[in-house]
Amino acid sequence: MIRSGMFLACIGLIGSFAFGCKTSSNGEAAEGGAATSASAQVAETVTLNGAGSTFVYPMMSRWSSDYQKVAPSVHVNYQSIGSGGGIRQLTSRTVQFGATDGPMSDDQLKEAKSPVLHIPLVMGAVVPTYNLPDLPHAINFTPEALAGVFLGEIKAWNDPKISAANADLKLPSTPIVVVHRSDGSGTTYVWVDYLSKVSADWKSKVGMATSVNWPVGLGGKGNEGVAGTVRQTPGALGYVELTYALQNKMPVGHVKNQAGGFIEPTLESVTAAAAAALSKIPDDLRYSITNATGDKAYPISGTVWAIVYQDMAAGPEKTALMNFLRWVLRDGQQSCAALNYAPLPAELIQKANAKLDLIEPAGK
Amino acid sequence: MVADSGMVSVSAHGERSRSFRRRGPRALQGWTSGDALFRKVCTAFGLAIVALLALLLYELARGSSLSLSRFGFGFAFEKVWDPVAEKFGAATFIYGTMVTSVIALLVAVPLGVGIAIFLVEMAPPAVGNIIGFLVELLAAIPSIVYGLWGLFVLAPLVRDHVAPFLHATLGFLPFFSGESHGVGMLTAGLVLSIMVLPFIAAVSRDVLAAVPQPLREGSLALGATKWETIWGVVLPYGRTGIGGSVILALGRALGETMAVTMVIGNTPQIVLSLFEPGYTMSSVIANEYSEASGPLYLSSLTELGLLLFIATFAVNGTARALIWRMAHGPGGRA
Repeated sequence: MIRSGMFLACIGLIGSFAFGCKTSSNGEAAEGGAATSASAQVAETVTLNGAGSTFVYPMMSRWSSDYQKVAPSVHVNYQSIGSGGGIRQLTSRTVQFGATDGPMSDDQLKEAKSPVLHIPLVMGAVVPTYNLPDLPHAINFTPEALAGVFLGEIKAWNDPKISAANADLKLPSTPIVVVHRSDGSGTTYVWVDYLSKVSADWKSKVGMATSVNWPVGLGGKGNEGVAGTVRQTPGALGYVELTYALQNKMPVGHVKNQAGGFIEPTLESVTAAAAAALSKIPDDLRYSITNATGDKAYPISGTVWAIVYQDMAAGPEKTALMNFLRWVLRDGQQSCAALNYAPLPAELIQKANAKLDLIEPAGK
Repeated sequence: MVADSGMVSVSAHGERSRSFRRRGPRALQGWTSGDALFRKVCTAFGLAIVALLALLLYELARGSSLSLSRFGFGFAFEKVWDPVAEKFGAATFIYGTMVTSVIALLVAVPLGVGIAIFLVEMAPPAVGNIIGFLVELLAAIPSIVYGLWGLFVLAPLVRDHVAPFLHATLGFLPFFSGESHGVGMLTAGLVLSIMVLPFIAAVSRDVLAAVPQPLREGSLALGATKWETIWGVVLPYGRTGIGGSVILALGRALGETMAVTMVIGNTPQIVLSLFEPGYTMSSVIANEYSEASGPLYLSSLTELGLLLFIATFAVNGTARALIWRMAHGPGGRA
């Protein structure tokens, strides 16, 4: 008798936990409902949830806070969990938009069930950085030299394949210590995408992905891990994002482009690479601008895309997201340079806006 | 059952209990049902741990089913880890995890037990308290701090001083051949040894402090020196307990992620030289999970997690058994 009483009480307790949860979620829903109905009079608060690329995170934070001044009712909540994570979150529809450093693969698009659009947001570059003392100016790298070093075929700094392009530099016989990213990363993706394009050996032996089976070298975690290892290791050669190299005043190599010039990686030379590649950009905007043609194009450049479902459910979130992305493509581009990101060329912005129109026509 | 025992204890009070019994059941009911409810709730909380672990194991097994069916047992022995070609094997990571953990224990066990002996047998109480506190403080430092310290301070030190010295004196061993870049398995092992030190030192100290004083007095009375007493009486008595502390430390070393990732060089390979970079199971999960694309890739990473979970589970189980043996078995009573 007493026992059954205890049981009932126990069930009651568990029940009240469950009920507590339920009421709180009901409460939220009710709040949301109230907000929607009140939207005619008072601007409702809309939270846009996004996730993905760590590379774009500082830019996204800036856009988020700037946009709050333009549209106080919209709150952009972006989590930098990595491009792969962003794609997974979007595909499971837990976020309204993802951001990725590499376009989604055909398989990933198939898994997404309904069409996903790629909207370019901003660009960056990946640059070679090194640790050699007392050099009067930057080292010039040919594509063959970079591929050879990362394949482990070129082992010393005074190898003719490197020194031929640096006649005026006296490069030492120090062994080259290759440093790469150990974490899966869009930075790696852009770097190996480039190496795959310029070296058939690299393409067949290693290939391209966000992490690969490196033939040689040490792995550092994140930009700071690579930069730290390069700084600690005499003779090291690694790669980091341009933004990171500029902010930390690291020595940066110049890379030979298709036109034959050795190009210093700058915001302008990155935008130039995109402009040069424009004519060859596929219709779905899943392009790659590494090894771009053009005299001033820096060849190891990449893009960050926002990824959005074309059939996104109508509602305040959809309108807010479209407005936010249009704002990023217009006003948002102005603040890129301050954070060392390269803005998109004008024609690409047009194409991106055209994609947004497919989701929801402008002016709505 | 609870209600019954309550009645029995109350009934011992003769007169008062009779009046109590008359209006008893009702008055009692309030008490016991509260007690029983409390017991049920606490039992549920306790069982929740079991459920949680079972769920964790289930989820890991479910997540790795694809990789399990594709690679089978060969997964643990395959050396290639190639996300592009979708060929995955855990051998290099298992090797790296074992090597770094062994280095950590080789350094930390003598050091930790030495600290414990000093604290219990030799140090004046004031000094002992301060040093004991400092040792425990080591456990409170976040692992990323150890990692960055390892990368920026310890790695250059290893490259410029420790490795050349080891190479010059013990270079005939394959473990110390070649040159060090600073980061590598040796550096990772050294960072780990500092991180597991507090586990060994603190637990060993408690174990040694539990050794009965008469044993020491007896030994000394027989004419043994301090050294002979510690070596021949105190340490053998606490042997299993110290063994348990070492296994706890091993469990920690196996699973440590962030600090190791910063200093190990993250290169999946099996080489004897400790100066070379390596890779551990937890590091590769931390490094590659967020960007892993493709179900087989994810599944293989999850299977690494499953292997690590089983290994840690086994290690902790062993530690438990050792400590239990010390308390109950023939090795001695605590």
